This record gives sequence, structure tokens and C-alpha cells, in this order.
Amino acid sequence: MRRHVTAYGFLGAALVVFAVFSWFPIVRGVVLSFQQVNFVTSPDWVGWENFERLFADPLFGVAWRNTFYFTVLAMLIGFGVPFVTAVVLNELRHAKGYFRLLVYLPVMLPPVVTALLWKWFYDPGPGLFNSVLRGLGLPTGQWLDSSSTSMISLVLVITWANMGAATLIYLAALQTIPGELYEAADLDGAGIVRKVWHVTIPQTKFVILMLLLLQVVATMQVFTEPFIMTGGGPEESTVTVLLLLYRYAFYYNDFGTASALSLILFAVLGVFSFLYLKLTRKADA
Amino acid sequence: MRTLTRGRGPVYWAVLTITLVLFTAAFLLPLVWVLLGAFKPPAELARQPPTILPETWEPGAYVDAWNYMDLGRFFLNTFVVAIGAWAVQMAVIVPAAYALSKLRPWGGNVVMGLMLATLMLPSTAVLVPVYLTLTDLGLLNNPAGIWLPAAANALNVYLLKRFFDQIPEELLEAARIDGASTWTTLVRVVLPISRPILAVVSIFAVVAAWKDFIWPLLVFPDPAKQTLSVALQRFAPDTPINLLLAGLVLASLPMVALFLAFQRHILAGLTAGGVKG
Repeated sequence: MRRHVTAYGFLGAALVVFAVFSWFPIVRGVVLSFQQVNFVTSPDWVGWENFERLFADPLFGVAWRNTFYFTVLAMLIGFGVPFVTAVVLNELRHAKGYFRLLVYLPVMLPPVVTALLWKWFYDPGPGLFNSVLRGLGLPTGQWLDSSSTSMISLVLVITWANMGAATLIYLAALQTIPGELYEAADLDGAGIVRKVWHVTIPQTKFVILMLLLLQVVATMQVFTEPFIMTGGGPEESTVTVLLLLYRYAFYYNDFGTASALSLILFAVLGVFSFLYLKLTRKADA
Repeated sequence: MRTLTRGRGPVYWAVLTITLVLFTAAFLLPLVWVLLGAFKPPAELARQPPTILPETWEPGAYVDAWNYMDLGRFFLNTFVVAIGAWAVQMAVIVPAAYALSKLRPWGGNVVMGLMLATLMLPSTAVLVPVYLTLTDLGLLNNPAGIWLPAAANALNVYLLKRFFDQIPEELLEAARIDGASTWTTLVRVVLPISRPILAVVSIFAVVAAWKDFIWPLLVFPDPAKQTLSVALQRFAPDTPINLLLAGLVLASLPMVALFLAFQRHILAGLTAGGVKG
């Protein structure tokens, strides 16, 4: 009995913090989705009105389309690049420390710093990228200033900023592949591509899948980069779900509708998060 | 160890050279470009084609940026937020993980399960309700508005618990026979053995707090209380470009220094499950 009392004494602070800032807000978020909050009188129940308001907002569809487009681009670029980088780095016997240091350096920079730096690099006039392109005699780009390239420009920033973590995690996974598997593939006369396809990928598929899910969850919540670099523009081409949520909550002070949007986002992401948790649990067992 | 290729031939050296060039160009040159850019006067920065090395060196930009944006204040604010977030989180989760791992109270598994369940929740899904709860508690413009929510970190509770689980029971039993209380056992026996995982969790807690943007943006409407990230994005539109660049460099230095100092811990921590960092 005393053991249990002592144990809950040790757990007390954590239980309070989790209750107030995690468990209760989850319930409150669901409740808020069906309420109108105005801070003067107590909140009114409004049924599905908040959801109806969202569905009637043309930006709702735009934000989801942008977010899915962003996620697909981030998967094509941000997912493939770190894996390929890790496979190449794993083959190199020189400058190992230098490569690891460099690829992880951007991960340490505050995202606001990275976003403001890249905004300067993207400047269509004297910006770094167009200056380099001009110097090479290549056509320049409008980057963030054109609605057709704004999203891919954001994906490049986020890939640059975050690929270090994924690369190093892949690298650690690659180092656990038994060398005999490659020797066996050599005996079968397999080339590099076939070895990657039949040995490297199957041997790391668990880590690949885990990072894929984590990345989907993270990219669908993208906020800082579009908030700072484009503010959702040009022509709403970079309004993401989270940017819309922020507008509802902090520009229109409509916390009910913002919560309804959170609930929808949660439902979509919940599927991915659930898969991730199932996978990590399985890995531990 | 045997990997994909065996070569040390010309192909190997070509790939090595290309990778070296690409990495340096992609990750080092942009940072050098910013460092140099801050030394150039605004008129030179607007020039096309750009100068590589500054024609006129203006090292004063770093001092001017510090004064113009009052960076000292925001460094201090960020420092308070980050160190406080670390201290509060440790004070909350270390005893909790110890209780869940070694004291095994009735219902402990349910508590761990409920904590882990919050990991399925995207952090931004509770943005509005947590913000309203902070408002109700009067924690806006107060660093505790960052510290307390950050302490509810289920991943770190789990990482610590998993580490504590591997500490042999006999060691704790021996301490108990020597008359050590549960608290003394935690401080004198468990914590010293757990230094590696504590280092990893600590570094990631500090880095996460320093890098965070959206929470400080919401918690500190008062400009005087803001963190570096929030202040920099507020100053960005009306600050001369050379001063802004200098400010960005200065704001990054602590994290770069931390990385160089604890590189091994950080890179090891990544694979220990600190994937979220």
C-alpha cells in the first residue's frame, strides 16, 4: 500500500501537467468544435454550425488541396533525398565526420532563422539563387513570388532544414545490414540497383516506413515556413490547413471554427499517428 | 564492414569528390554567404551581380543589429524559456518515469498508456484548447506558459522509463537495505547510471525549446517578453537587410555551439528514439 502512495507522489506532477495540458485540452477541443466562444458570455452550443461554416469557406478546400500537394511534394523530394544520401554516405570511407556534421547543421538552426535566410536567397532580384543561375547563364525563377513555384520552394527549404535527421537515422539502419547479404548478392551477379532493391530496401523497410509516417504527420502540420515566407500567398497558393486554422483562431477570434478544423485535421492525421505507434510498439516487443 | 560496393577505384574517388562538392555547396556555402552578407552595406547587397567578398567591410553591423533589435533582451528571454523548459520537464518526468518503471504502482500501465496515447495526437490539434487553457490560467506573457505544456512530453517519459527498466532490481534492493529512501535511491543510484539518456533527453528538450516558434508566438503577445524567433520575424519586414542577416547569425550561434560541443550525444540521441527532435 505504501509503495502505491509513494509511487503516486512521484507521479503527481506529471499527472497534473498531462491532465491540464494534454488530456483535458483533447476533450475541450472536441467540445469547442460544437460551440461559439466569445469570451463575454458563456459559450453557446451551435451544433454542426462551425463545420458548416468551414465547408462553405472556399479557402477550406484550397487549404486541404495545398496541404496534400505540399505533402506529396515533400514525399517525392524530402523523402527520397535523405535515403539516397544515406545510401551514398554509407559507401564512403572518407570525411565521414564532415558529412555528418554538415548534413545535420541546418537541423540545429531555428526554423524562423532558416525561413528568413531562404526568403533572402529566393529574392528574384539580388537573391543568391537567381544570382547563381544568372552567372551560369540559366533562366531565373520567381520562386516564392509565383503561385506555380511557391509551394515547391517551401518544400526545398523544409527538406534542406530537416533532411539531416532522416539521413542519419537511415545511416544507422544501413549499418545494421549484415555484410553477407551483399556478398551473396555479388555471387548472384547482382548490380548496384538490384542490390539496393533486393537487399538495402527490404532490410531497412521498417525504418523507412516509420520515417515516412512521421514525415507525413509533420508535413501536414506545416506552419512556420509558409507563415513567415509567404503568409499564404501568392494568390493563396501556400495557405495550409494550419495557416487557415491560425487565421480562424487569431485573426477572426473564432475559436469554435478553428477547433472544428483541428478536429478534422486530427481525424486525418490520427490514422497515420496510429500506424506509427503500432509500428514502434512492435519494434520494441 | 561489407556494404553495397567494394570499390576503391576511380568511381569511388569520383563519387567521393562529387559528394564533397555537393555537401559543401548545399550546406556550408549558404551559411558562409550569410556570414559574409552581414558585413556588406545594404547598397552592396542589392547589387547585381553580387560581390563575393565584401568590398566595404562593415563589422559594425553585428553591433548595430544587437542594438537596433535589442537582441540582448530577446536572448535573455529565450534563455529563460529554454532552460526553464528543460528544468521543469526534468523535474516532472524523471520522478514519473522512475515511478512507472521501478515502483510499479497499481494502474501504472494505464497511466503510461494514456500518456503514450497523446503521442498519436498531432501537437497542433490541441493548439486552440491549450491556448485557451493558458489564457484561463493567466499564463500568457509568462514563461510558465511554455514550460508547463512542454513538460507533458510523453516520448521522453517513455525513453526514460525504457532506460530505467534495464537497471537491475538488485542495485535498488541494495540501496534499500542500506536504508536509502525511495528519493535517495533515485538521486544517488538511478540518476548517476542514467547519465547517457538524461543527456540526450536534456539536449533535445533545450534545442526544441530554442527552435520553437508557434507556441512562443501565441504565448507572448507582449513584444518585450518574446523569444528570439518571434522577435526576429516581427523585426524582419522593417530591418535593414544587413542588420537582419547579422541578427540571424547571432540567433543561430548558441545552437551551433551546442551542436559542436555535444555532437556525439545529439547524433546518438537521434537513433535512440529522439526522432521527433
